Amino acid sequence: MQRDLVKQLLYDMLLARRFEEAAAEQYTQGKVAGFLHLYPGEEAVAVGSLRAAEPGDYVVSTYREHVHALMRDVPPGAVMAEMFGRATGCSGGYGGSMHLFSAEHRFLGGYAIVGETFPVAIGAGYWLAMNRSPDVVLCFFGEGAANQGTFHESLNMAALWKLPVLFICENNHYQIGTEVHRQAAVVEVYKRGCGNGVPGRRVDGMDVLAVHQAARDALEQVRGGNGPFLLECDTYRFRGHSMADGGAYRSALEVAELKARDPLLNLRNRALENGWLNEEDIEALHQKAHGVVEEAIRFAGQSPAPDDLYQGVYRRPLDLYAGRP
Amino acid sequence: MKRAAPQENAGLIAPAKARSELMVWEALNIALDQALAADDAVFIMGEDVGLYGGSYRVTQGLYAKYGEWRVRDTPISENSFTGLGVGAALVGGRPVIEIMTVNFALLALDAIINMAAKLRYMSGGKLRVPLVVRMPGGVARQLAAQHSQRLEHTLMNVPGLRIVAPGTAQDSYWQLTQAVRDDDPIIVLEHELLYFKKGPFDIHAEAPPMHGAAVRRAGAHVTLIAWHRMVDVCLQAADKLASEDDIAAEVIDLRSLKPIDLPLLTASLKKTHRAIVVEEDCKFAGAGAEIVAALQEAAFYELDAPIARVAGADVPTPYNGDLEAASIPDADAVTLAVRRMVGAREE
Repeated sequence: MQRDLVKQLLYDMLLARRFEEAAAEQYTQGKVAGFLHLYPGEEAVAVGSLRAAEPGDYVVSTYREHVHALMRDVPPGAVMAEMFGRATGCSGGYGGSMHLFSAEHRFLGGYAIVGETFPVAIGAGYWLAMNRSPDVVLCFFGEGAANQGTFHESLNMAALWKLPVLFICENNHYQIGTEVHRQAAVVEVYKRGCGNGVPGRRVDGMDVLAVHQAARDALEQVRGGNGPFLLECDTYRFRGHSMADGGAYRSALEVAELKARDPLLNLRNRALENGWLNEEDIEALHQKAHGVVEEAIRFAGQSPAPDDLYQGVYRRPLDLYAGRP
Repeated sequence: MKRAAPQENAGLIAPAKARSELMVWEALNIALDQALAADDAVFIMGEDVGLYGGSYRVTQGLYAKYGEWRVRDTPISENSFTGLGVGAALVGGRPVIEIMTVNFALLALDAIINMAAKLRYMSGGKLRVPLVVRMPGGVARQLAAQHSQRLEHTLMNVPGLRIVAPGTAQDSYWQLTQAVRDDDPIIVLEHELLYFKKGPFDIHAEAPPMHGAAVRRAGAHVTLIAWHRMVDVCLQAADKLASEDDIAAEVIDLRSLKPIDLPLLTASLKKTHRAIVVEEDCKFAGAGAEIVAALQEAAFYELDAPIARVAGADVPTPYNGDLEAASIPDADAVTLAVRRMVGAREE
């Protein structure tokens, strides 16, 4: 049982890491454009929490959301093709890296304005509660988003109406280049939820097994009709905020210290120590992840571009001067 | 703090009933009552829409009839409860969000502009946002600058939004009903001074297209284009011009600001060869600027005079009553503009 779970989580994190490294490579080759925000270092959060969710649950995420989409089984090719701006992308090439959507996977995006995930999540949660659905919403956000008004507004409403939303904070300590002590008077985000009536706890976000267990517990509580919960995951991003960020605001020592706590290494070592996996097993997982990402890049590269500028602005094409529809 | 006894709350008395003459708020109330009854996916959300029954009584009786999950009083959190509507719309709901006045919608523009308007497009057409956002605007009675704005121009410039502006009881019923049934995000712009205006009402009459304009008064000499309360101002001016100047003004109620019914406007222009856009919006880069530009592109060679604008002054609305009145068009201003254009009589 534990072996199967560890194998799944390690594979997921290897896939996530490889996918993001490949995205960076494709960006430097000019295949991926725009803003590109990568996830290395934070894999344990999305992998651990989303592997604890049910297929019927909704997920709302930020602009650093490739891995969240992959964990909801949006095909890697469709995610890569979206970054390539192709018609086969999960958003048809109209959204890009920051705006991945997949209605069939109940993946609601992909929001590039900090703090937007909260109202979208409570909206889906309101609909579920109104219809007495057993499904819940997982809402991801960074610690910087807790400084937006929507955090407090939405958590208040979620608690007031006992909405089934699990708020998951990816506290990577930096809102772009501003370290958490320079942006927030209270640096523990879960404590800021309490003031709005949302209970919470903090967990080591570099430990995928800890995140997974905490998410399972929290989801059970939320699914039980007890209202929202805030799970704060203490994590770190190894790369800059985006590809445009050189990261001069962090010391090399700090980055090196956190890289020593790499969630992939962490799980790999524990898997070997406990005999859950051997070196050959792990190498096979590596190979599989590489193959999946290679195939995603091949698929994206061969896909056609979208060609309809006006598709999807309205439910049907609308001539703004024709009147009378 | 004194609390109203429950029976005094408009949310707990009966909704309005259809009669041959209704006030605008009653027509909106009937549209919402019918929408809630017809489709379980419809729910209403906003400040004081429930127990209190709505600041302008538009949701009277709906709280008692449909319960708190479908008629929800919210905290004062415009951006998040409007965004909540977006999220619910994405997963199957058909929310009708009431923003108490357009002035507060400035706090919800992220939800409206960045989310509601863009999500279908950004998702490659795979998501839909069947959301209605109702909000009254305009200059009312000495509410001062922060409560007397017009946001037509701001919203008109957003791809993905559609905007209707009903000014009569009948149109309010028709257009709100149509908006709730539609799968696009639609802004229903109302006017604070029109809620208690009475007009003829026929619940069985067939609705015209949601975005069509309407000729309120036919005339051969000049076309007056307006919406909301300015239609009534134009009709007053037309009366005066007919009796004092033998000028027959055609008055068109635009009814929709995005899209606009340009064919109906150009057809009128081909008859009158003169047009004036009358708007409460501030003149500079206001809604009228778009209408004038579109009209001259479509019908320049029909014109006997440059298309004119009679518009609000480019000032924050003053509190003082006389200054406030001077900041928006009235029938005299419209009459004067027509006389100048037609050349019949100068002051």
